[in-house]
Amino acid sequence: MAELEVEIVAADHFVWSGAAKMVKARTSDGEIGILPGHSPLLAILAEGELAIEPVSGDRIAVTVDGGFFSVDNNRVVIVADNAQLGESATAGIR
Amino acid sequence: MGAQIRVYRQKISSTTSMRKIFKAMELIATSRIGKARARVAASLPYANAITRAVSAVASQNEIDHPLVTEPEKIRRAAVLVITSDRGLAGSYSASVLKQAEGLNELLRAEGKEVKTYIFGRKAQAYFDFRGRSYARVWTGGTDAPEFETAQEIGAALLEEFATDYAEGGVDEIHVVYTRFKSMVTQEPTVVRLLPLEVEEQAVTESELLPLYEFEPEAEQVLDALLPRYIESRIFAAMLQAAASELAARQRAMKSAGDNATELIKKYTRLRNTARQAEITQELSEIVAGADALSA
Repeated sequence: MAELEVEIVAADHFVWSGAAKMVKARTSDGEIGILPGHSPLLAILAEGELAIEPVSGDRIAVTVDGGFFSVDNNRVVIVADNAQLGESATAGIR
Repeated sequence: MGAQIRVYRQKISSTTSMRKIFKAMELIATSRIGKARARVAASLPYANAITRAVSAVASQNEIDHPLVTEPEKIRRAAVLVITSDRGLAGSYSASVLKQAEGLNELLRAEGKEVKTYIFGRKAQAYFDFRGRSYARVWTGGTDAPEFETAQEIGAALLEEFATDYAEGGVDEIHVVYTRFKSMVTQEPTVVRLLPLEVEEQAVTESELLPLYEFEPEAEQVLDALLPRYIESRIFAAMLQAAASELAARQRAMKSAGDNATELIKKYTRLRNTARQAEITQELSEIVAGADALSA
């Protein structure tokens, strides 16, 4: 199965990138789950937590305070004003 | 004679202690430049992602958004001037201010009113000293700008832009800052921030932007994107200016330190000459005295 290539950037630093099976985010309309093969999308992020299910390892929680994300060709770019990784996520940083 | 030696000694010791300060400031600036450049690099992924997203929206929609619509007539312009908080950076602040004055004149010649926004104490001092008015000022942290400050400035400028001309709003926004080209060249630069000219990137076959779906709607997405785009542009300008400030300070302190070394050398020579002259005079006085006694 294809994987998602996830990249999280904050205004002044790079936060995380890696391969994932699923990304769950909260938009202003409600929760949205993104699986590999999702159609291109550009959406506004609501304040809150988003979850990333990496290919290997535990689920990663990221707290964002607004921003947006785009999906195309299995590439997810999450752009947040401020992003805070939950614990246990440091292993994913490359 | 003795008095002259004392004067030289004082000059040597004060120049030596000044040189210590210059050297320390040069070292501090040098060590901070690396960090400032790293921050410029760290802000790039965000700026790139935003630019890409904005051009993605722009490329598939006829944008009709106040931030990108050119007003029929531009009657008042805002100018954000980014300088440093502290001096001792050579001509860094002066050249930005010169550039800003040039822009001011140009805008006035086009019949526009100019409203000035200031980031950095040096520009504030410049305007205060000349008794000129400015709309708003932010100071502090010019050599390590915070994103929050950029957000604040962005919000203030956007609010001005959204206000009608009749109520004191502005029709366009310019930013004057120093672009960091390399360690040796920094260039005072003017960019027009608003109304936006969304550059659609030259699209190559390989990275044709896909047809995005928007969540919730294209307009709302644009509403959220554009202010962020502005903030990121302002923040980028501030980071570049910070790197330039440190590079300018390092260069200024290096030449000040070299100059101090030169001066110390010169005064040491003069002091030695004076001391030797004193010795010679004393000797000739003694010899003359001895001659007078024996004669």
